[in-house]
Amino acid sequence: MDFASILTTALAAGIGPVAAAYALAAIGLNIHFGYTGLLNFGQVGFMLVGGYGIAISVSILGWPMWVGVLLGIACAIVLALILGFPTLRLRSDYLAIATIAAGEILRLFYMSSYAEPVTGGVYGLQQFAGDFYDLNPFPPDRYELGPLSFGAPELWIMIVGWGLVALAAVLVYLLIHSPWGRIIRSIREDEEAARSLGKNVYWYKMQALVLGGVLGAFGGMVMVVNTQSASANSFDPVVTFFLYTLLVLGGAGRVFGPILGSVLFWFIVVGFDALLRSMIANGILPFLESGDIGAIRLSIVGLGLLLLMVYRPQGILGRREEMVLDAR
Amino acid sequence: MPDDVKTTSAFDGVVAEPGVAKPDPIMVADNVTRRFGGLHAVNVDHLEVQRGAITALIGPNGAGKTTFFNLLTGFDRAGSGKWTFDGDDMSHMPAYRVARHGMVRTFQLTKALARLTVLENMLLGATEQRGERMFNALIRPLWGGQEQANRVRAEELLDRFKLIHLKDAYAGTLSGGQRKLLEMARGLMVQPKMIMLDEPMAGVNPALVQSLLQHIIDLRDEGMTVCFVEHDMDMVMGISDWIVVLAEGEIIAEGRPSEIGANRAVIDAYLGKEHGTAPSEEAS
Repeated sequence: MDFASILTTALAAGIGPVAAAYALAAIGLNIHFGYTGLLNFGQVGFMLVGGYGIAISVSILGWPMWVGVLLGIACAIVLALILGFPTLRLRSDYLAIATIAAGEILRLFYMSSYAEPVTGGVYGLQQFAGDFYDLNPFPPDRYELGPLSFGAPELWIMIVGWGLVALAAVLVYLLIHSPWGRIIRSIREDEEAARSLGKNVYWYKMQALVLGGVLGAFGGMVMVVNTQSASANSFDPVVTFFLYTLLVLGGAGRVFGPILGSVLFWFIVVGFDALLRSMIANGILPFLESGDIGAIRLSIVGLGLLLLMVYRPQGILGRREEMVLDAR
Repeated sequence: MPDDVKTTSAFDGVVAEPGVAKPDPIMVADNVTRRFGGLHAVNVDHLEVQRGAITALIGPNGAGKTTFFNLLTGFDRAGSGKWTFDGDDMSHMPAYRVARHGMVRTFQLTKALARLTVLENMLLGATEQRGERMFNALIRPLWGGQEQANRVRAEELLDRFKLIHLKDAYAGTLSGGQRKLLEMARGLMVQPKMIMLDEPMAGVNPALVQSLLQHIIDLRDEGMTVCFVEHDMDMVMGISDWIVVLAEGEIIAEGRPSEIGANRAVIDAYLGKEHGTAPSEEAS
């Protein structure tokens, strides 16, 4: 078995564009869940409208890609308003129900034959990120990063993706360490107390939902631009639960929690995949076939989340004492 | 009990009867009702609360005291009714706007924001913070000065309520009594005209009760209107200027502490109408 190659595969996934996309979406989810206490189980829906915002603008409408970015942001804002308007006055469970349903409705709608003229239906849309890759300052070549090697387009999307992650982290840091952030966190603790001190809780919850949703849309954009392909099936509900897993892993309610979480999550998941594959290929696990790996990956994520909840519920960057106080 | 407390003279000549007019009411409520299914939880015809005085709202369990509090402060919706506060119509106003109008409440079960520090809890109370707008929040120079001023005021209040040594502790680590103090101090950060305390003494150890009572009296002496709900008749008698008695949602009596103590209707409400008769008859 080639452990060096397993490790490089895992490393490449940990710092790859997919990890950046998930980190962005998880930063958004962190605003919802980690800071405001909003239970959004449909973050993938925001990623979907963001990704398709670019794909549809370029492939179907023939607009330049930057307009597609704006459209993706606008779609995320509208989705947040639609979800938040009826549910944010109610108990937090209602937002959870509405978001999980909305994410699934969006996925099914985007791949329906009815929507095919616009979304490409089950086939999705491809090759819409030409504008983006035309801006690539790196000449086509292989670029070595320690033991890793990337092509120029991959390097370009990685740099832009992680650049966006850094920007989002700075944004969240500034917001959370401000009076605005104080209100957001007080809503997480007890929204009636915030209300009794003259804070318009509904409005702040709406702002948080919109902001986190827009960051989710950026995550979706990085995802589709990376593969030059938007397909509704890649926006499966399980994506949201991966986001929760990596957020809890890194530490919810911490600025760097979702970033560290995403890197580790993809390092572990892909590394584990590669390990299994190599073990199967070498006949170490004769009762398994490579087709089983997808299912095993899901159970491993579930098991990991379970162990995390038992042994380190605050995540890697979380503060133990905060967890103890969270006795609602 | 602090026996040497001076009550205000504002109530001179006011007759002790339900719904009586006060010389300078800060709040006037009319026909406020709230039903839970068939139950008339609150049914208040008329109530005036005197400005700058300590008014206690008492009554047996289930009398509707907290519900009435919730209605006035916008935390529950009244079925009908109209009430004004300092001249403004406050009926059916959302809770956050009630607070901004200068009527701030505390809760029976304290709502300390556990994972915020004591100082952050205090700062949250400050009103009209520029940094509370999302775009301003990104630019610290826009709100840093104001934040510093609020911090100074918060620390003064924490000092007064003897919580200053805990300012960087998570509020969730405070004892029950300290949380009551924090909640009161936090309410004062809003700079209210009237503070409504829902059972401020519940679950507080006796040593801290004295200091809490003194804080309430000090607030009144500084010109604040205080209205509070309380079970314990002894506490109420000691510090109230005026007492309003609720039973089954209606005001059955109003008056000075001495008058309420001797009021037949109040004793009946607390002990049951049968209290004078033999136990054997009660059992029937």
